[in-house]
Amino acid sequence: MTPDSIKEAEGGLYSNLRCRKFEAGAVAWRNFAETTRSDGGRLLALWGTDDCDRDGRLRIVACYLNAESLAVVEHAMDSCSKPLYPSLVEFFPSALRMERAVADLLGIQSMQPDHRGWLRHNGWPEGVFPLRRSFNASTQYQLDSEPYSFIQVEGDGVHEIPVGPVHAGTIEPGHFRFSVVGEKVLRLEERLGYAHKGIEKRFEELRQKEGHKLAARISGDSAVAYSWAYCAALESITQTTCPPRAAQLRALALEHERIANHLGDLGALGNDAGFAFGLTQFSRLKEDLLRIHQPIFGTRYLMDFIQPGGVAVNLPQDAPQLLLDHYAALEISVSELRGIYENHAGVQDRFRGAGVLSNEIAVRLGAMGLAGRASGIAHDLRVDCPWHPYNDVTLKIATQTTGDVAARVNVRFDEIVQSIMICRELLTNIADGAIVSDVPDAAPGILGVGVIEGWRGPVLIALETGPSGMIRRCHAHDPSWQNWPLIEYAILGNIVPDFPLINKSFNLSYSGQDG
Amino acid sequence: MIKTLGRMIRTGILTEKIERVARPDSEADEIHAKLRGILGRALCIRQVDAGSCNGCELEIQALNNPYYNLEGLGIKFVASPRHADMLLVTGPVSVNMEEALKRTFDAMPDPKFVVAVGDCGACGGIFGESYASRGAVAHVIPVDSTVPGCPPTPTAILQAILQAVSPGQV
Ligand code: SF4
Repeated sequence: MTPDSIKEAEGGLYSNLRCRKFEAGAVAWRNFAETTRSDGGRLLALWGTDDCDRDGRLRIVACYLNAESLAVVEHAMDSCSKPLYPSLVEFFPSALRMERAVADLLGIQSMQPDHRGWLRHNGWPEGVFPLRRSFNASTQYQLDSEPYSFIQVEGDGVHEIPVGPVHAGTIEPGHFRFSVVGEKVLRLEERLGYAHKGIEKRFEELRQKEGHKLAARISGDSAVAYSWAYCAALESITQTTCPPRAAQLRALALEHERIANHLGDLGALGNDAGFAFGLTQFSRLKEDLLRIHQPIFGTRYLMDFIQPGGVAVNLPQDAPQLLLDHYAALEISVSELRGIYENHAGVQDRFRGAGVLSNEIAVRLGAMGLAGRASGIAHDLRVDCPWHPYNDVTLKIATQTTGDVAARVNVRFDEIVQSIMICRELLTNIADGAIVSDVPDAAPGILGVGVIEGWRGPVLIALETGPSGMIRRCHAHDPSWQNWPLIEYAILGNIVPDFPLINKSFNLSYSGQDG
Repeated sequence: MIKTLGRMIRTGILTEKIERVARPDSEADEIHAKLRGILGRALCIRQVDAGSCNGCELEIQALNNPYYNLEGLGIKFVASPRHADMLLVTGPVSVNMEEALKRTFDAMPDPKFVVAVGDCGACGGIFGESYASRGAVAHVIPVDSTVPGCPPTPTAILQAILQAVSPGQV
């Protein structure tokens, strides 16, 4: 293949969304990114894979989201020489951390100058690449911690405040380095990767029909989204159709996951704005929802509800009525609390104008999902390219334009109302019949991509099958990859004590990004 | 100012209105009583996520909702390990968090209790041991008790907290 050639891949690609797959030479790889950018497409995910055992090549793969479809582009490199590929950062700044992660795990370098480890904090030696075929997953190394070179800000009265990786509250681990003058933030640099636990390597030890359980635990608050994305990938590969009832139950679970997370966030945001009443009220509403999950889905958190071919538990007879009554009460409480938040001067004072992410920066950085919608990026896969059963559901994308904490709060309020409407519609039209179809083991060497709009934004699972029903490679992508850098912008000019509020208004996943 | 106060007063009334319909869980009630009997004073907990999926964190956070009302018992989550009696650890211990976890444990005054929350903390869970994960919390620091579950329910976590401070009484 010449550097500037590009062709549609033979055998294509399987996905729950409309998609095409291309193989590109180095120049064409870069040009494809440029054209996608100028056509308004977005970079959804970037990953690498080691095919040395098969054809002596290492591959870098990009997945783009266009208006109504996906495009997957693959560029193969010779493994003998030092594998290098053109960076996508000039078109998609969010590619930077993904490229650094690919370098850590596979030793494939992009042509950009930042070679600091992102997921590798010296827990395994330099030059060792865990996602290479030759690497034994159970190898353990003794840790020698090594300082990380944060970018220094110089100037009169500038000092640094390091925070984390362990935080004061019950939250995930990550490090934030603030450069401040007085209390004002001049610069924030994030360092993540603390929760990296080798998920992608672990997938390779699992059977195709076990992978959904691990997928559900990539980011526990998005268990439904991830397990559905995994199953969607596997079902596309095996051309399995999930029964209509199961598809509706999956969507019901996905909307419940969205509502539960939004309720939790709205409470925490009230609390961070100095209004503990909000936490009490919303945490109670969230608990009520989780408690109703117990008799209906069998557990509070739906870690293992979605399984290949359908769902694990059928709805009990009385569930629809129970749920409809629950929604009615929830809707009243949420609207009452929204009124209280909106009329509370102290809360509004903290929410409005805090952590502004302008539409221009959000577009340039490729903001995803909820955070993007709050800055006027009107994308939601449930509407843009609806997969079954969202093609039968009425939904209007919730957007705001101010890009501040208040906007992210309002998107959440609107989305709760919409999710309740979707759940009602699903329950009213619920189909009878089976809740699971048989899923055969897939032939080896097939790539399937599952993409689901989770509560934070689109999550992706790229699954490649191996022999005897095993997984060959599985890449998981969280929208937090794109959205973490947004906080570095949104915090500028704000004061350090507002960081918890601003950070919470994005509520990004550490585990989902760290893998 | 008057306007703000007005809002706060009205909000206060609403609290009662909404709170009245919330009925505390009887199981949680029972645990509350036991905890009060055993401790007789505040228990300070430091939580460390050593690499979890965040599922366990959500259930630990739930302990602060009005049904479990952990804070109401004088049990609180503290920001510094130096003020903590108990360390609540979640996740398989990622290699990248190993050092931070050890440092937190070392900074706590004696006597200290360590509770490993969730299947991951107890045995490594689905992630197991690998180049990036040390598996169970006990592989990195001494653990007094474990709470199985993925994630464990808030009630199970409450019970484990109780069990850890009071061996043989549950
Ligand atoms: S036990 Fe389950 S919920 Fe808890 S961290 Fe592990 S995978 Fe997540």
